[in-house]
Amino acid sequence: MEKTVLNIDIAAEQKRALDDIKQQGLRVLVCAGTGCVANGSLKVIEKFKELGADVSVLTDYDKMTIVPTGCHGFCEQGVLVVIPDKHVTYVKVKESDVEEIYESHIRNNKPVERLLYVDPKTHEHVMDDEHINFYAKQTRTALANCGNINAENIDEAIAVGGYEALAKVLIENNPDGVIETIQKSGLRGRGGGGFPTGNKWKFTAANRGGKSYVVCNGDEGDPGAFMDRSVMEGDPHKLLEGIAIAAFAVGADEAYIYVRAEYPLAIKRLRKAIADAEARHFLGDKIMGSDFNLTIHIKEGAGAFVCGEETALIASIEGERGMPRPKPPFPANKGLFGRPTLINNVETLANVPVIIRKGADWFSSMGTETSKGTKTFALTGEVNNTGLIEVPMGTTLREIVFDIGGGIRGGKKFKAVQIGGPSGGCLTEEHLDLPMDYDSLIKAGAMVGSGGLVVMAEDTCIVEVARFFMNFTQNESCGKCVPCREGTKNMLRILEKIVAGKGEMKDLETLEELAKSVKDGSLCGLGKTAPNPVLSTLKYFRDEYIAHIKDKKCPAGVCTAMKKIVIVPELCKGCTKCARNCPVEAISGTVKQPHKIDQSKCIKCEACLTNCPFKAIVLE
Amino acid sequence: MTAENLHKIDTSKLDEIIAQYEGKKSNLIAILQKVQEVYRYLPEDAMIYIGTKMEGLSPATVFGVATFYAQFSLEPKGKFEIKVCDGTACHVRGSMPVLNAIKARLDLTDGKMTTNDGLFSLETVSCLGACGLAPVVVVNGKVYPQMTSDAIKIVLDTLLKEEA
Repeated sequence: MEKTVLNIDIAAEQKRALDDIKQQGLRVLVCAGTGCVANGSLKVIEKFKELGADVSVLTDYDKMTIVPTGCHGFCEQGVLVVIPDKHVTYVKVKESDVEEIYESHIRNNKPVERLLYVDPKTHEHVMDDEHINFYAKQTRTALANCGNINAENIDEAIAVGGYEALAKVLIENNPDGVIETIQKSGLRGRGGGGFPTGNKWKFTAANRGGKSYVVCNGDEGDPGAFMDRSVMEGDPHKLLEGIAIAAFAVGADEAYIYVRAEYPLAIKRLRKAIADAEARHFLGDKIMGSDFNLTIHIKEGAGAFVCGEETALIASIEGERGMPRPKPPFPANKGLFGRPTLINNVETLANVPVIIRKGADWFSSMGTETSKGTKTFALTGEVNNTGLIEVPMGTTLREIVFDIGGGIRGGKKFKAVQIGGPSGGCLTEEHLDLPMDYDSLIKAGAMVGSGGLVVMAEDTCIVEVARFFMNFTQNESCGKCVPCREGTKNMLRILEKIVAGKGEMKDLETLEELAKSVKDGSLCGLGKTAPNPVLSTLKYFRDEYIAHIKDKKCPAGVCTAMKKIVIVPELCKGCTKCARNCPVEAISGTVKQPHKIDQSKCIKCEACLTNCPFKAIVLE
Repeated sequence: MTAENLHKIDTSKLDEIIAQYEGKKSNLIAILQKVQEVYRYLPEDAMIYIGTKMEGLSPATVFGVATFYAQFSLEPKGKFEIKVCDGTACHVRGSMPVLNAIKARLDLTDGKMTTNDGLFSLETVSCLGACGLAPVVVVNGKVYPQMTSDAIKIVLDTLLKEEA
């Protein structure tokens, strides 16, 4: 195949971008991801800019540049401020702390100890990422640049290797070679299915010649997962480059990124990134002087979990109700607007440029036998360090929860981890040394899914969690398949009955029976996986279900129906507020004397509990 | 639809939105999002107008799409749209007590999620992707992190004071 001569020298562009960064003097990275913005990072940025305006006072540098970056992943500790040259990461920075950081550390080289991260185990102050366990145990590839570059500046993306892989594939001009590389790398779909990415590309490429599309699935609907948001917000150019390489490989000239409407910042940054890339001829017509054309559109979702399923997503892009269609035909043959379509998830595509740059062997050297590379997980719930992490496939749950996550918060006992969101299952203590990869998890009755990891402690009620997920899938069932539509509704009703203390033992059998029908009788992944949380909790925590049904007790002490609301006489000052708030007049007592709740009248609305100024009302 | 009803909505505004999206059927969701931005909900007349005016659509199709997606509301939303995240991470860390506190403070119940004065409307959403800050409440796009039932009451009181 004849090589293409490009009119853009990406190596020279990269050198120029790096030189520009050197000119910036002291770089102060302030996280401007959704989490940190919520914690006030925009004010922190303004304050730094204000202080840095007077460059004459800086001693070691002639200039200071404030870089708003994408998500660092350690959202709970936000606002995060990183000064790479000073080897420091400051956490929980507020606008009022900026002056101290500036005066003490930037001008006088004295770190501000009180703003350093404190290790939850050793209680020592830790200076930088290399020594914060949360970061030290990670291997970041898809997230490599998130938090290190200004997401809204294309030059910063170029400086760290952006668009180098695209230039490489355009010069080599061998689409089949690109597909072979992706196949050889062992990359599998990161959105949940785990289908080999290279094969998907090959199937779509078989229809080269006519109009075809690439669709990037950014409809991260799994509650508790936010890796795609972080990539789109923190490193949008990497995603665009991945899409461009995929489109080149399969022969598409138009692409859509479907982003959920709940991610306004991601949408804004992607729009800017597309405009910037077009201005540089990295997208658009005759990309970098080659014959390859690509237009990328953004489609905003409107809030429907089922749209994460590829055929439903296609229907939604076409402006219809996002309901799944039967497969075959597969999108690779007949997808968007009836044309061959390649659909990949955000994280999958974000892995593509680095595979092209560093080679398939480099990528497949990480991970396990059948699951290659790294995987991002959104670590949330009852752990000390919540946030977004990326580790080699095959890392154990123990390493993730106890090393990176710093263990369970408040010294509580580990109970379970829900992995893969509403489609996944739960893993218990016996699975702590299980390698996290596609196949091991399937064997354990769970799935990688999109990578949501919700850690639960001893005081989380597992039956209530199963009810929560069933409520979610029942709400999101599109209604096309009767077993899913009606089955999830009935499963939810039974679970509600159990947490309300009205369950019967035969309910458990009915649940299992319904679960089977829903699994077997549904067209798409939503229905096929909806019973998973119930089945896996029934498998590992059947005792807890039985405790709710037979003993009318919630072992975790969560389900209010099985609790009493009582007034602690020693704390009650007799202010009468509770009696006035009670909608059913269940509280009696005289002024300045301890009050009492009549349990036969109480409806457990908790109106008294939330309003008591002396915290004298408790659940027991 | 009677001619009288049509007077209630500004069809020229709708024409403008349709034109902005080239009248394409595949842009229906984006068009409805724009309409909702203008009216803070999807008025029935606007849906009928779009379904009649745009090629390849019918009012029934538009209604079908509008009722499918959680983002669309057929009832007017409040001036302050409160979204309580009830994603897994927020749920585990106590989003329900926060939701109940809002309901109690604003006198809302499950069937009635907009206040009488039209100032506040309340809904739960499943994951805003800010799980590290759980539980999260969003009011008109502003994210309030790590909420508790006490903290949200202060937020609401501040908003009420600003309005008074």
